[in-house]
Amino acid sequence: MKPIVNDFSIQVATVNGSGSQTANTVLMRSLFQMGIPVSGKNLFPSNIAGLPTWFTIRASREGWVARKKEIDLLVAMNPETAADDARGMGPGTAIVWSDAIPKPSIPEDRIVYEVPFQKLVEAVCPDARLRKLVVNMIYVGVVAQILGVDLAEVEKALAQQLGAKKKVLELNRGAVRSGFEWAKENLEERDPYRVERMEATKGKILIDGNAAAALGAMFGGVTVVTWYPITPSSSLVESLIDYLEKHRIDPETGKKTFCVIQAEDEIAAIGVVLGAGWAGARSMTSTSGPGISLMTEFVGLGYYAEIPAVIWDVQRVGPSTGLPTRTSQGDVLKLATLSHGDTKHVVLFPASVRECFDFGIASFDLAERLQTPVFVASDLDLGMNVWMSDPFPYPETPIDRGKVLSAEELAKVKKFERYRDVDGDGIPYRTLPGTDHPAAGYFTRGSGHDEAARYTERPDDYVRNLDRLSRKYETARTLVPAPEVDPVRGAEVGILAYGTSHWAIEEAREQLRAEEGTKTSYLRVRALPFTAEVRAFVEAHERVYVVDQNRDAQMAALLALEVGSPLASRLRSVRHYNGLPVDARSITDAVLAAERKGVLVG
Amino acid sequence: MSEATTAAKTNRLGLSKQEYRAAKSTLCPGCGHDAISSSIIEAAYDLGLEQFRVVKLSGIGCSSKTPAYFLGRSHGFNAVHGRMPSVATGVYAANRTLVPIGVSGDGDTASIGMGQFVHLVRRNVPVVYLIENNGVYGLTKGQFSATADVGSKQKGGRENELLPIDCCALAIELGCGFVARSFSGDPKQLRPILKAAFSHRGTAILDVISPCVTFANHEGSTKSYDHVKAKDDPLHEIGFVPHFEPMEPIEMAPGEVRDVAMPDGSHVTLKKLGEDYDPGDALGALRTLHESRAAGKLVTGILYLEPERRTFDEEYDLTEAPLSTLPPEIVRPGREVLDEIMAGLGAA
Repeated sequence: MKPIVNDFSIQVATVNGSGSQTANTVLMRSLFQMGIPVSGKNLFPSNIAGLPTWFTIRASREGWVARKKEIDLLVAMNPETAADDARGMGPGTAIVWSDAIPKPSIPEDRIVYEVPFQKLVEAVCPDARLRKLVVNMIYVGVVAQILGVDLAEVEKALAQQLGAKKKVLELNRGAVRSGFEWAKENLEERDPYRVERMEATKGKILIDGNAAAALGAMFGGVTVVTWYPITPSSSLVESLIDYLEKHRIDPETGKKTFCVIQAEDEIAAIGVVLGAGWAGARSMTSTSGPGISLMTEFVGLGYYAEIPAVIWDVQRVGPSTGLPTRTSQGDVLKLATLSHGDTKHVVLFPASVRECFDFGIASFDLAERLQTPVFVASDLDLGMNVWMSDPFPYPETPIDRGKVLSAEELAKVKKFERYRDVDGDGIPYRTLPGTDHPAAGYFTRGSGHDEAARYTERPDDYVRNLDRLSRKYETARTLVPAPEVDPVRGAEVGILAYGTSHWAIEEAREQLRAEEGTKTSYLRVRALPFTAEVRAFVEAHERVYVVDQNRDAQMAALLALEVGSPLASRLRSVRHYNGLPVDARSITDAVLAAERKGVLVG
Repeated sequence: MSEATTAAKTNRLGLSKQEYRAAKSTLCPGCGHDAISSSIIEAAYDLGLEQFRVVKLSGIGCSSKTPAYFLGRSHGFNAVHGRMPSVATGVYAANRTLVPIGVSGDGDTASIGMGQFVHLVRRNVPVVYLIENNGVYGLTKGQFSATADVGSKQKGGRENELLPIDCCALAIELGCGFVARSFSGDPKQLRPILKAAFSHRGTAILDVISPCVTFANHEGSTKSYDHVKAKDDPLHEIGFVPHFEPMEPIEMAPGEVRDVAMPDGSHVTLKKLGEDYDPGDALGALRTLHESRAAGKLVTGILYLEPERRTFDEEYDLTEAPLSTLPPEIVRPGREVLDEIMAGLGAA
């Protein structure tokens, strides 16, 4: 049997609330420490304890980190799902089976390793109450032995994960060893999956997107933060609180240089953000789809009254409560125009933890420069899963607070009118409350206003103001992050995507090239409004496949509006919306099917 | 007072009263809300409030239009319906040196904005929060609000049968440190209450009965001028001594006078009328509100005063300087901080 080295997916099936998250992280970190590119996806239920949960770890010597559909090694710890989980395994795959679970009939060509978990855990963990948790470390040991993971790396990862709690560490280390030793003595290895040391993770970090976004916010100079707890966004603000409490206490007074308010709902959360942004703070909130729906009216005020705000939307599956613990890109259309009336928003689409950090900073500069709410559309896959990355670089660009007139500057200008387009870029000047100058004050309102911020219902005043807001949006095109483009000479096919689809697309392009000789160019949109590169990309390709992780091809719809006829007819849609992160095979198959159909028809 | 004498007089900042005025009101002539705006102008003038520090905040409704009609040099923010409290919270969090005055109505507060009202009080955000209470929705032409009394009649004759929400009783229950009720037609009482409210360091709730001359000033409305004047039962006469004035001018006789020192050094004096009223007794205040309602009376005055409640700044442990203008070197941690965090996330 030819060994398969550093190229497999492990799936651990457990029960929610059983503490398996730590064990899975230890397993993943061990591979990472051995220099092997890894990615982890936590597939969890909307539940505190008792429902089934799965964690997949992918090791890929090629560096692919997207979800892989096929599982190569299953650890079946959940009696409720074990039979189903086993049924999903293909020929040649391996299954670690708890001997406490009645074994269904499993085809001969699946390799089953039966492990007496109960007996092993009783031996290493005298306290019966802790066994439910400690048993997880036994499968870590068993899997490490099966794959050939260095035990020292597992123990190092364990120490990092459990920290200084010596007793806890000893107990868990004992469990890992017991699993490892038992497997060594009792299992005859029949599967092909092996690990070997590599150098591919040297200098890299592991972090989830929400923590990366929190770091971005802190280094972006956030001062007022509000939130209302919601999965999958809560850990963004919780991480931010931890970082701020540690690094943003005034050393002289011991007081906080920030204010984090847990609001009574998302309406209040965005209200606080707008009040703070209006008064000059760098303010943000983080939420998910249901929260975005609640914020709608206020966001329209922010757009029309021109108030900076940063809103993270860590997208989950809707509509309504939907699948609250599954991933989606279903809020794109809504974010683009959130509010009643004519509105167009700036939206950023991070694809990586690095971009969560970068956009965490850039969103504040954009919001204050453009004086408008800026959305950052992340998703559950990016926000709550752990990703490899190069370390984040320190921001070299100074903080941009935008067009704010101080009392001294007011004394120099002839006239201050809040909504006058002095510079021709659609962006007016503002003053902050507390500015000690008789001309500083103005009245902000969501009702009709003229250039001097006076109430007006005059048709021409309204049109002038709305047209200026459009002009401002044109300015935004020149300021938002430009797309990443990989043009391939001679490629008729273009792939256009955004956010986390990126990882599956990288792999799908390689599959298309290797399996069918199909050359593809690639453009990854990073922001709304679309920049000039987007139209040029559609113009340069006969067929452009737009990948959306939603049912309604939301980005494709926005693009069709943007490029118009006849270019829009070049757009084809690839959609993935079952709540799981999109995988490469799904994209490859969809593109090939459409290409073949095109050939047949043509 | 003639125009000439008004113009000649100035306050401690050397400003005339005129300089505290703003755009002309567009409300119905005779609206109670305009009388409240005048009282705000008077109070701000008397106190010598610096307008650049004042922020005027409101929601939606007739009342919420009024911030455009007073203190024209201050920043104003007319937000969305019922959500002024969250905006006020954000403004204050951003800059704790500001003096927020929030103007709301009974619909804006007791219906659509009830949730935010409650949580503003709970956080004790320093806002002088006025409920310009007329029991009707004026801008949408006369529907009942949640503060309309049982038996109160609409202009067309329809009678309200639902129990009213008493925002003062609610605020006391929530632990608000300054709760008062007044009447737009009684500026002599309203002005000192406003002045005392500006000296309070937490949320100050002022429920001001303010007759709607268009939709609720008819016989049958319990918030008409005639009705309120007949039912008004003042708890006390109120005096207010700002901290920059010496204490001598208290004219009320000792024994009948209760003096409350505010944290900023000013004093509120309450001269008791008929019964002995203690504004520091929350249960007593609630009893007074319930008994007077049962008796068909409307008590006015400072109902509850607890100046020492833990403030928003203390609760959130905010640095002295406004967060809004902290310099980059404070809000962006140094290179070594990021390096340390990155090292902790590495393969180690």
